[in-house]
Amino acid sequence: MSFVPIFTLTVLTVAMVLVFARLVRGPSLADRVVALDVLTAVAIGFIATYVVATGATALLDAALVLALVAFMATVAFARFVEHQSPPEETT
Amino acid sequence: MIVNTLLLVGALFVLVAALGLVRLPDLLMRMHAATKAGTLGAGLLLIAIAVSSPETSVVARAAATIVFLLLTAPIAAHLIARAAYHTGEAALWEHTCVDELAASIEEQAPPAETPDGADGPRPRPEGFPPPAAAADRPTDA
Repeated sequence: MSFVPIFTLTVLTVAMVLVFARLVRGPSLADRVVALDVLTAVAIGFIATYVVATGATALLDAALVLALVAFMATVAFARFVEHQSPPEETT
Repeated sequence: MIVNTLLLVGALFVLVAALGLVRLPDLLMRMHAATKAGTLGAGLLLIAIAVSSPETSVVARAAATIVFLLLTAPIAAHLIARAAYHTGEAALWEHTCVDELAASIEEQAPPAETPDGADGPRPRPEGFPPPAAAADRPTDA
């Protein structure tokens, strides 16, 4: 692996650590959901950099699926955030 | 060369998104940093794939992933922001000086009572936590 992909992976690792700090600390649930969203973006970035560095293009499918699943998770969490406060919620 | 530039710029954008997520003071500002910069960074890294190995299958998958990211990021951000604002999870920054949504909600709210049952699937119960003046909003519009 040459220098630039390794440097890119390092920067992405720093970004992931920062996002994880927000995920742990985030005062509200919505903060954590946003952090999870960014975490999947960072993971997609990891996959993309690895594919560029090694040519293992099969991993692109993983990136695609990750993007889709992250969206579903975010929508589900958003509905959960919206519904959790009223105690007598039935729907 | 182009691939290296794309990789570095993409990683930089992701780093900026992460920094914004950590440093900015309230939820909506954090989303402002995270959604746009994060999506752009991941998209640039995916473009790097497409440039580095220009085969049809690879480019198609990278393009599909970018399109999905660009389509879903605004929807997801809108949903979270809306849910957090209306449940009062998003405490605004203390120095926020314009909250047009609160003013708009207050303006829309009828003076006395809401037509119960006629306003969508979930009539909002009383005792909703802040944001102030958003407690009895009639519709989900």
